[in-house]
Amino acid sequence: MKLKGAQILMKMLQEEGVDAIFGYPGGAVLDIYDALMDTDFKHILVRHEQGAVHAADGYARASGRVGVCLVTSGPGATNTVTGIASAYLDSIPIVIFTGQVPTHLIGNDAFQEVDIVGITRPCTKHNYLVKDVKDLARIVKEAFHLARSGRPGPVLVDLPKDIINATTTFKVPGEVRMRTYNPTYKPNIRQLQKIIDLIAKAKKPVIFSGGGVNLSKAHEELTKFARNAQIPVTGSLMGLGGFPGTDNLWLGMLGMHGTFRANMAITECDLLIGIGVRFDDRVTGKTDEFAPNAKIVQIDIDPTSIQKNVPVSVPVVGDCRISLSMLNDLLEKIDLSGIEEKRKQWLDQITEWKNTTPLAYKQGDTIKPQYVIETLYELTGGEAIITTEVGQNQMWAAQYYHFTEPGHFITSGGLGVMGFGLPAAIGAQVAAPGRTVVDIAGDGSIQMNIQELATAVQYGLPVKVAILNNGFLGMVRQWQELFYQRRYSSTKFEHTPDFVKLAEAYGATGLRATKPSEVKKVLKKGLETKGPVIMDFVVEQEESVYPMVPAGAPIKKMLLV
Amino acid sequence: MEEQRHLLSILVDNEPGVLSRITGLFSGRGYNIDSLSVAETVEPHVSRITMVTHGSPGILEQINKQLNKLINVIKVTDLTGTHYVLREMALIKVNAKTEHRAEILRITDIFRGQIVDVGTDHFTVKVTGDPEKISAVLNLLKPMGIREIARTGCIALPRENGNSNKNA
Ligand SMILES: Cc1ncc(C[n+]2csc(CCOP(=O)(O)OP(=O)(O)O)c2C)c(N)n1
Ligand SMILES: [Mg+2]
Repeated sequence: MKLKGAQILMKMLQEEGVDAIFGYPGGAVLDIYDALMDTDFKHILVRHEQGAVHAADGYARASGRVGVCLVTSGPGATNTVTGIASAYLDSIPIVIFTGQVPTHLIGNDAFQEVDIVGITRPCTKHNYLVKDVKDLARIVKEAFHLARSGRPGPVLVDLPKDIINATTTFKVPGEVRMRTYNPTYKPNIRQLQKIIDLIAKAKKPVIFSGGGVNLSKAHEELTKFARNAQIPVTGSLMGLGGFPGTDNLWLGMLGMHGTFRANMAITECDLLIGIGVRFDDRVTGKTDEFAPNAKIVQIDIDPTSIQKNVPVSVPVVGDCRISLSMLNDLLEKIDLSGIEEKRKQWLDQITEWKNTTPLAYKQGDTIKPQYVIETLYELTGGEAIITTEVGQNQMWAAQYYHFTEPGHFITSGGLGVMGFGLPAAIGAQVAAPGRTVVDIAGDGSIQMNIQELATAVQYGLPVKVAILNNGFLGMVRQWQELFYQRRYSSTKFEHTPDFVKLAEAYGATGLRATKPSEVKKVLKKGLETKGPVIMDFVVEQEESVYPMVPAGAPIKKMLLV
Repeated sequence: MEEQRHLLSILVDNEPGVLSRITGLFSGRGYNIDSLSVAETVEPHVSRITMVTHGSPGILEQINKQLNKLINVIKVTDLTGTHYVLREMALIKVNAKTEHRAEILRITDIFRGQIVDVGTDHFTVKVTGDPEKISAVLNLLKPMGIREIARTGCIALPRENGNSNKNA
């Protein structure tokens, strides 16, 4: 069958089971958009290419499938970079197709030419410039394979205009075989046995679960493992949802804004089992004093994550779900009777930390942002998909909404991109049309990609945005308060749009709460309203996120409320 | 921790952009490249990169893993502490006043080098060997006045039989 490059691309997207594409057209991709007219793909026309990538990211996390973006060359391509870098740091599987000038013009500084392959080399798992239409089908297949396998990540495919127009015989390529790429899924069982032996000896073990557990959907295996061995579990920001946030063994999040008991448990534990984590600096604080008494075990599919930031006694390269399921099998072979008794002292200690120093805030005359999230949790029964922006809003969402499943907490963890939440919510809503999707936002962040509200309205995607409107770039203000003697340099907004009117201007619904007594009403109304809604919660301006470990300090040195 | 120098032999896809992925990895993560040489192997689709790098044991472990993680990297062999042959070549353009010409020829001869270009007031000397040998030649030629140097960087291959001395 002879086909044009653009048609081959469509065929291959069908092959890969793609149903939605987030994109924005332009000169270099006219032919692809033309071919799109003859397909059934749901194409979501975003309002900014950054939005397309974050939406594909949200789609991927909510669905567990590969997100797809399509943008034009030059500015279309450069606009995707922030989204790609975010997906790279969070290991999210997306494939980005960028238009490119015709091959004979590459290198000529042609109109709307950028070297997007060069630009994104350090922030993609891999990228391709297609130079021959004969390679196109194979490259698309490889791109999807790379994006979703091993440690997932974004893969970019740059498509010159002449390649897209060239014709060749199309045949669906066979299974991908790359001699240079062969991720290890199945761990070494002897290493796993060492973990079991350590667990049998440990008095104060802790599991530290990360994004890898969510990505490999290892939540059920993890829950079984932790409960059977009676080991308390903490998580990184990316790890929330990997273990039920409502379970007695759950310690809450770890690190800079982690709970008192999680940070204390890590500091005192004698065995730390890290699963799908990279021990990033926001988690470890000062590494010398991180888990100082513990033997550290680390399970990760990416060998570079192991022993990168902390020394590890038992390294295990493998998929989190497979590793945990094998650990569960091994666990069944040992005698666990009396384990509850054995762990009692340790778990009692943790309960004591929880009781003496819980997550807390003080109610007052103004709306407390934490209260908004607590109420949202209550009203949604913990069932909503939550996306976040970045800053205090993100940390409060992590602290006060309790997640029980992977794909329910969608946040830009590694890169921390303000403007992530709204487009990510749109992508999540496309993936999960029946679910409640709420973007917990800040008044600063929401303005970074507010244009996507038009996308939500156009496609009838009923995303809800809860703005914790503190009139500040709150998280930066908090650092200025604590470490710069309250010198609020450029963190107070002297002007903010009226978000209710803004919502209305976009064709969405706008609601506002200014008093604590209105919070529940507004949330209820917002959640019940059809279509996209912005809820503007005018909250306490100078509320801070606690506990807080100052950057570079040991995690036991927490500033408390 | 103590810094170590390592010699890596890296087989990669012979494709445009691959070298830039490697050097980009090193610059982006703050690793060191002391020398680097690249050329095609017997398999035209494969190139060999020979690289000398240094860092703490932790960094060297990361370098090895990060290189392996690159999709276009086929194989990374750390030759350090194994049996291998190693060579570097240098071209040295040195001032050659009449009274120095005999001395330069003698030095070149001792080190089994060659004069590959001769002018009225200069020689270009070619020497091959390990980096220490090349430094030794450079030291001896220095008093004559070295005008320009070009060095290839190290290239190396593992030895097939284990009866030779182990390299450091
Ligand atoms: C794109 C981008 N620019 C700058 C920052 C630095 N930054 C981190 S949090 C923050 C403040 C966010 O303000 P807002 O959205 O109002 O959230 P709040 O902290 O007030 O809840 C800033 C500026 C960032 N993370 N991302
Ligand atoms: Mg704010």
